[in-house]
Amino acid sequence: MKVSIITLFALLSINNIQANPIDEMFDAYQQAGVASIDPQQGKALWNKPFITEKSKGKQRSCASCHGLDVTQSGEHLRTGKVIEAMAKSVNDKRFTDSKKIKKWFKRNCKWTLGRECSAQEQADILKFLITQ
Amino acid sequence: MKIIITTVAVFALLLTTSIIMGGNRFNHKEENEHEEHEYKSYSSRNLDVAAVNNANYTEECGSCHFAYQPGLLPEKSWLKIMGDLENHFDENAELEVDLQNELTQYLVQNSADKSNYKRSKRIMRSLGRSDAPLRITKTLYFVRKHDEIPYRIVKNTKEIGSFSNCTACHTNAEKGSFNEHDVKIPGYGRWED
Repeated sequence: MKVSIITLFALLSINNIQANPIDEMFDAYQQAGVASIDPQQGKALWNKPFITEKSKGKQRSCASCHGLDVTQSGEHLRTGKVIEAMAKSVNDKRFTDSKKIKKWFKRNCKWTLGRECSAQEQADILKFLITQ
Repeated sequence: MKIIITTVAVFALLLTTSIIMGGNRFNHKEENEHEEHEYKSYSSRNLDVAAVNNANYTEECGSCHFAYQPGLLPEKSWLKIMGDLENHFDENAELEVDLQNELTQYLVQNSADKSNYKRSKRIMRSLGRSDAPLRITKTLYFVRKHDEIPYRIVKNTKEIGSFSNCTACHTNAEKGSFNEHDVKIPGYGRWED
């Protein structure tokens, strides 16, 4: 009995490691209470300009650095650094690591919106990016 | 008797070695004072700055900008920088706590004030005791080494853009080499004083 429980846990943890990071993210959003996901909302948020405490009166949106067309590469608003395309269809390196997805959502939402993005906002944006 | 002879021989050997090494050190010092001879002693490991040898540092810091070698700033500077990653030169560069601690430790342990590499020592020499600059480009040593490069070249050349963009001109910067002979300014070619 004990052995089978241990085996079950071991199998579960292996399963966890191999889980698709995108599924992993959507599972977490669902657990956080997200009932429906709308890529159109994600697109709208992507293009929506924000002025924050730190943006010195200037507008910032996701698109200011990543571009409106996410199948194209973008350029950082301030530093000019080229940022590779975000769309999953043209850049399969994107969304392959859930840790990275969380890290960049945190950093970039705080930089662009002046706050962290909600689970709903993240879910909509992620859906938008993987369906482009 | 045999033991005494061996001991004497060992001492003699040690003495000779230390004289040779001492002489070498003196030569290096000489060369250090005259930059034009720098490339001749380039084979020596203790020149320039130690290359980055932490994969997490390369990944986390190097994905946005050149992974500046820890030996380019003193401990005090790194502590200030790593203590405010949320406002990292007007960017948000927040890290998870564990990773932040690991990278801070790496930077502190290899900071300029603990390094024997040439550039690290010179950067330290150019700073006051309590100086903790946030930018390598603000150290007196950096300013002095770049004072012949007109700012307009840096600003107006798209491939450069800023003095912080080491690799634009220093072709071996990633290896920790900032040797003048490795410098190639985009649009201007090789740079020799």
